[in-house]
Amino acid sequence: MRQAPLPPALTIALPVLGAASILLAWQFLLPWLGVPAYIVPTPTAIAGVFQKSFALLLGNLWPTLIEALAGFVIGNLAGVLLAVVFVHSRVLQAAYFPIVLFFNTIPILALSPIIILIFGLGMAPKIVIAAVICFFPTLVNMIRGLDSASDNEHELFRVLSATRWEIFWSLRLPRALPMLFSSLRIASATAVIGAIVGEWIGSDKGLGALIIQATFNYQSDRLYAAIVLSSSLSIALFAIVVLLERRAIRY
Amino acid sequence: MANAIEAHGLDVGYGGRQPAVKVLSGLDLSVAAGSFLSILGPSGCGKSTLLRVVADLLDPLGGSISVLGDTPHAVRSRRDVGFVFQDSTLLPWRTVRDNVRLPLDVGQGRLTRTIDDRCDELLDLMGLAGFGERLPHQLSGGQRQRVAIARALLGQPRLLLMDEPFGALDEITRDRLNDELLSLWRRTGATILFVTHSIAEAAYLGERVLVLAANPGRLAKDLDMRPFKQDGNRCSREDPAVIAAMAELRGALEKAS
Repeated sequence: MRQAPLPPALTIALPVLGAASILLAWQFLLPWLGVPAYIVPTPTAIAGVFQKSFALLLGNLWPTLIEALAGFVIGNLAGVLLAVVFVHSRVLQAAYFPIVLFFNTIPILALSPIIILIFGLGMAPKIVIAAVICFFPTLVNMIRGLDSASDNEHELFRVLSATRWEIFWSLRLPRALPMLFSSLRIASATAVIGAIVGEWIGSDKGLGALIIQATFNYQSDRLYAAIVLSSSLSIALFAIVVLLERRAIRY
Repeated sequence: MANAIEAHGLDVGYGGRQPAVKVLSGLDLSVAAGSFLSILGPSGCGKSTLLRVVADLLDPLGGSISVLGDTPHAVRSRRDVGFVFQDSTLLPWRTVRDNVRLPLDVGQGRLTRTIDDRCDELLDLMGLAGFGERLPHQLSGGQRQRVAIARALLGQPRLLLMDEPFGALDEITRDRLNDELLSLWRRTGATILFVTHSIAEAAYLGERVLVLAANPGRLAKDLDMRPFKQDGNRCSREDPAVIAAMAELRGALEKAS
């Protein structure tokens, strides 16, 4: 049997209580069990890093933020544009989609050194890695979205003698928006992953570099603070995508 | 009066030059301008296909067809044909008003902004006054189909093609929309081709009922309903003569299946 829905007050209170219980257990239970601070520092110790080394954290957040954002925009834009080309030219799609598919099977970690070899050690390779990681899901979703109008909808536009451009603008594109946004939501997390992976491999700036340095120096509290910050960055990007989605899709 | 549709030896099929399936074979058909023609037939008999050929959505393989004295393409290009599908095919991101106005927003043809004024009139006519700003998902199935009809009528087409438009509706809504469609037809003077699965609906609406047989689609029966019609083309569903005519149609349909 399906359970009755929770009262509205509880749907807000329960997640808060859940998170609080985990934080309390983390703060008091883990040290009591003898888990050393260099493996799991307490939440208050991590919060202390934010207070002590705020400038350092912020200084490393900026490059990652810029790389992830730029990669997000470039990768998704490229995915959308290529999808538009593919749905309008079955010949190009048949010729090049398998190659794109093959390209996507290369693990991003294996591809990253090559990208760094090509683009050097600045921000550019990190942006490219973030873009590559966003590109493929958006391409696939956008192709499916642009093709998702029904036969009747296409016939309706044909009866109205609509041009190709009008069919694209008034039918295919609005039909594709829900699928585009579902891939943008995924991309909001993967863009940050891409930027951090890029920083791991070759950088002395950014949250990825900070994570590597903190690990090598056994600065666990700093490592955890960097993790919290990268996750916050993904959440912020995700929230922006959701806000845009609510404005764009009203039905 | 001239014929709205004139077809001779019409062959239609899918699958290129040597079609695996011939959907219509050697169909001859004349439809008087301003008349209401119901088309009945088993699945796969080519009812919808015939509408698609008339609307220039599908090219025939052979034979000839003229629509309103012209080619189907010319008629479509000058927006003289309206099409209503079984699913209302409303665009979910457009409001009711914007769905009705779609023919103004897309396509090149004679539709101009002056027709915009007709939008409110049509919404009124279809019992949708006050629903203009709603989104399609906020409407019932019957209301959605009314919006689809209003959209098809916006350009005042001389030919209205309806492909099982009320097939998914409950019986009460369907009967009501049948009566509304008859008044619309009288008011606009358009020629209507109405495809349906329902014998009662075909007989109630049509001045003439065609029964198509399947494999391949061809004419099985052509019944004139005008002798049974009284005021405004309506006929009594209880009239013994109408019941006899419906039995005749059922017999033809059973033989055709």
